[in-house]
Amino acid sequence: MQADTTKPSAVSAAAERRESRWSVLAKELHRSRHLYVLMAPFMLIFFLFTVIPVGISLALSFFHFNMLEMPRFVGWQNYSRLFLNDDVFLIALKNTLLFAVITGPVSYIACFLFAWIINELSPKVRAVMTLVFYAPSISGNVFFIWLIIFSGDSYGYMNGFLMRLGVTLEPIQWLSNEKYVLAIVIIVQLWLSLGTSFLAFIAGLQTIDRSLVEASAVDGIKNRWQELWYITLPSMRPQLMFGAVMQITSAFAVADISIALAGFPSVNYAAHTVVTHLMDYGTIRFEMGYASAIATVLFGLMLGTNMLTQKMLRKIGE
Amino acid sequence: MTHKIRAAFGMSRKLNRSFTVSFMLFALLALFGSFMVLPLVYAVNNAFKPLDELFIFPPRFWVNNPTTENFADLINLMGNSWVPLSRYIANTLLITLLGTAGHILLASAAAYPLAKYRFPGSKILFTIVVLSLMFSPHVTAIPNYMVMSGLGWINTHASIIVPSLAFSLGLFLMKQFMEQIPDALLEAAKIDGANEYRIFWSIVMPNVKPAWLTLMILQFPALWGTDGGSFIYSENLKTLHYALGQITQGGIARAGVGAAVALLLMIVPITLFVISQSSVMQTMATSGMKE
Repeated sequence: MQADTTKPSAVSAAAERRESRWSVLAKELHRSRHLYVLMAPFMLIFFLFTVIPVGISLALSFFHFNMLEMPRFVGWQNYSRLFLNDDVFLIALKNTLLFAVITGPVSYIACFLFAWIINELSPKVRAVMTLVFYAPSISGNVFFIWLIIFSGDSYGYMNGFLMRLGVTLEPIQWLSNEKYVLAIVIIVQLWLSLGTSFLAFIAGLQTIDRSLVEASAVDGIKNRWQELWYITLPSMRPQLMFGAVMQITSAFAVADISIALAGFPSVNYAAHTVVTHLMDYGTIRFEMGYASAIATVLFGLMLGTNMLTQKMLRKIGE
Repeated sequence: MTHKIRAAFGMSRKLNRSFTVSFMLFALLALFGSFMVLPLVYAVNNAFKPLDELFIFPPRFWVNNPTTENFADLINLMGNSWVPLSRYIANTLLITLLGTAGHILLASAAAYPLAKYRFPGSKILFTIVVLSLMFSPHVTAIPNYMVMSGLGWINTHASIIVPSLAFSLGLFLMKQFMEQIPDALLEAAKIDGANEYRIFWSIVMPNVKPAWLTLMILQFPALWGTDGGSFIYSENLKTLHYALGQITQGGIARAGVGAAVALLLMIVPITLFVISQSSVMQTMATSGMKE
């Protein structure tokens, strides 16, 4: 009974509060109008080409759509076909996970390890070594150098080298042999992977407070490994989290290198990845609904792994 | 003795450092450094090798009789082709310069409010930007094609330039860097009667020059190396990288020209990085993700 009598006043109070909240919001919006104008050009393009397309892709994954006929709703059919009836997708998924599990952590650790060693050098040597490690990732798709190195005839550098040593007598068909092609793509991927996160790590290491290190020596930190674990890593947590995002995202996105080295499609799909599968259905077969389902799986994989890793990295040094 | 080696490596005496471990770590650095740099050195050497050296058995790493023949061949080949080389270069330059300069301007304009103000929507917008770093552009490739075709941008340079303007990593790094501009600086300008646009243009922008160069070094190589993707099919709109791809597909006869092309492609971004390195490192120090 009591509840009934108090209700109307509560509602009107809430309405009043809502009204005042609206007017506060309107005032804030008005006050910030110049800020919105400044952000508008970037955000317009960002939403048009990144945010809204994610939504379209998600929606489209439940339709049959070939760019010619009207989209037809098919429910979960694209996904069930993907996981139950598409053997090539399962190969692509397996390869992508393999790439991600190897190149993700290895490149992440390599980025940190080399940044950490380089940080001990004098400024001039440091600048040179930074260039040496960073250069491959910005050298404009010159990974086709590796095509010459792993060329299948005896003029290929690797074959020539092995034949001169007498390890092999016949040139090895590196890029058209299922046994080697995946490993070669991984090596080249790693070669290209010391990019933005590597720079972020070097920069982060340089901002660590030296007095912290000196104080720690007094507190009984004995060697560089203890210093690394108790001082360096916790101080660099923001950069480590940023670097993880960069490395994970690129580890799942392997495609260009696979296509450049192993061809498209690669021999027996040995270097086929989720992204090349997506290209196959999206740009060759024009099965846009099905391709969107592949894109959605890729989106889930990347975002899920990133979120999980961020959670784990928050625990460093705790 | 160890002092001499330390000096040679540019190592200063620091706390908690054992010499043996340092030596092993630097050996590791040298080993993997060679793995990183040797393919690039090889590419440089190849560009100056005459044909007979390119196909010598066993293959040699260093060039014996350097020649600029390959570059002359490249110019010859492209001069005789249907679309002259200068056209591909002009296309690439247009895309790269507009895309990079526009990106720096737009990303900075968007980063300033996010870095310095709290307003309705600021938190959610930044969260979306961070989330967008967590997936690659492949995810949106198909809807992007539809958006492009809806806008009538297929087979125009706009299809490459415009999306690249809103590269979210650039906004993220710029925002993190701008946060360290002292608020007092902005307050002082406001008291002097400057509006937001004026503050952005004449106070914030000059203070984030290192971040401009960082955004440049991230954006430039991507655009410089673009082959036009699936959006451009007219030959006279295509890029240098596409033309170079065509050349290398010419196989053995074009190996020398291909090597010259590889050198051209890699030398420009690397030179830019050498010039801007110290600014880039300054920006990267603020790149971290806060909780």
